[in-house]
Amino acid sequence: MEKESSTGRKAVSAEQSVSQTRSMKKILSGDSIFKGITICFALSILFILLLMVYEMGRESFPSIRQFGLKFITSSTWDAVAEDFGALPFIYGSVISSLLALLLATPLSVGTAIFVTEISQKRIGGIISALVELLAAIPSVIYGLWGVLVMAPWLQRSVQPFLIDHFGYLPFFQGAPYGVSMMAAVIILMIMIVPIITSISKEVLMAIPQSQREAAVALGATRWEMIRMAVLPYGRSGILGAVILGLGRAIGETMAVTMVIGNTPQISLSLLSPAYTMPSVIANEFAETTTRMHSAALMEIGLILLAVTLLVNVLARLLVWSVTRGTAGGGRIQ
Amino acid sequence: MKQVNIRSAKNLVMTFLMFSATVAVLIPLAIIFIHIAKMGFSSISLDFFTSIPKPTGETGGGMANGIVGSGVLIAMASAIGLPIGIFGAIYLVEYGGGKLSSIIRFAADVLNGIPSIITGMVAYTLIVVPMKGFSALAGAVALALIMIPIVLRTAEEQLKMVPNSLREASLALGVPLWRTTFRVTLRSALKGVATGVLLAIARIAGETAPLLFTALGNMFWSKKLTEPIAAMPLQIFNFAISPYEDWHRLAWAGALVLVMFMFTISLATRYFSRQRN
Repeated sequence: MEKESSTGRKAVSAEQSVSQTRSMKKILSGDSIFKGITICFALSILFILLLMVYEMGRESFPSIRQFGLKFITSSTWDAVAEDFGALPFIYGSVISSLLALLLATPLSVGTAIFVTEISQKRIGGIISALVELLAAIPSVIYGLWGVLVMAPWLQRSVQPFLIDHFGYLPFFQGAPYGVSMMAAVIILMIMIVPIITSISKEVLMAIPQSQREAAVALGATRWEMIRMAVLPYGRSGILGAVILGLGRAIGETMAVTMVIGNTPQISLSLLSPAYTMPSVIANEFAETTTRMHSAALMEIGLILLAVTLLVNVLARLLVWSVTRGTAGGGRIQ
Repeated sequence: MKQVNIRSAKNLVMTFLMFSATVAVLIPLAIIFIHIAKMGFSSISLDFFTSIPKPTGETGGGMANGIVGSGVLIAMASAIGLPIGIFGAIYLVEYGGGKLSSIIRFAADVLNGIPSIITGMVAYTLIVVPMKGFSALAGAVALALIMIPIVLRTAEEQLKMVPNSLREASLALGVPLWRTTFRVTLRSALKGVATGVLLAIARIAGETAPLLFTALGNMFWSKKLTEPIAAMPLQIFNFAISPYEDWHRLAWAGALVLVMFMFTISLATRYFSRQRN
């Protein structure tokens, strides 16, 4: 009797211990640890993004408090007197990016249409690969070419020609320096063509073939098909591609820094040197001596961050609205 | 009849315009490549790979310290960035699907769009300021921040393409999910993931802006990871904006080497992805 009960108890405790080890195993099992690790790494990406925004905000706080709104309306930039206004840099960034976009958009969309709608598939593939090559060249190499080849060429031949023939326009006044707003616009244009082209191409390829067939069946020529069936369908996606190009142009640092002349002035003339937000950070940030100087540069960085965040979110929503539902839809590199 | 003629004429004109746009896009590519090849091949020599830059006024010299420095920075950045990117991708594919994964995906895309100079500023405040000095470590952190979203998104894409039946077969044999992920899923997506890693390396190898105030650059060899370190893109930048002809030649040679490196990686990724298909 006693024996029996003891074995019974033993059985119970054994069962308990088994279930205990089982639950322990479950907690410490490879799978849950693994899940924990992957979730930590995944969350760290979100953490990095928030940390970046927080750090930029914190570091620029002295400047925000000191200058307030005056920071974006004043064009004084005096590191000695610690008086900072970012207007010339904002002006330079906005004008150079918008002009580059104006030139790059027709070229890029034209190329994307040529590749997807007009050329043979094989030739289209080769052109796409070449355009991707253009995207792979590092910014600093564009800058090298820009400052040693393009700027001297502009100074020697293009700018004197513009001064001689169009000098009465406010856009082409002053001396030919070579390094100028114009040089920055051209370099930026070359650099953002690949991104607008490749995303536009992706958008156009996501448009259902039936759209095209319907237009052609009604007797449309190829151009009419493109204009009536393809472009309206892809409009918002192409707009997204253009906005992404804008984001790239605003944040572009090295190539622009090397060719824009780095002079904080607001001038209508495309021939005069200018300055952009990333360029002033690149040139001055490593050599700041006062806290206010580095805070002012941080605030410029914060503005840049805010603008690029806004632009990217908007563009991604637009592109996604067209390419969703197709394989690899909405994936943007 | 006349109507048709106008329409087909318009069609021709527009086709020609699209063609011209394509040519206009490809012309700068050709010009830049011709210059890099011409100036690069005439400037490059064995010296370029074996010696460090000479002071101004002396001819010759190379970028040996920059090449090694870039290698060190890339290796360190990969050590930080690859685990985060790849494990993050594993989470998105194997455990994700909810709201959290779309937020993380979105964060990665946004991170990818942030100008690289801002990444440099953040690495400056996080590493350079507390450690009181520019260092290779800070440069590597800045580059890793750029690498992470690229690796995450390409690895995710590749892991997603692994057929579920493979996973199920392994799980049905009683293999836990984590071993399945390493032994089956990751292994069958290995080439695709490697492609993503190579692309990320190609991207950071040419990055200059985030290194300006983290790695800073160095005219000599650096001995410790807490010292400023040379990097090829930084040297190309500094030499290109200098007024010295000899340094310009070094910059062109450096550009040639960098472009060749990118070209090799691009060919390698193409080879990988062709093999997979």
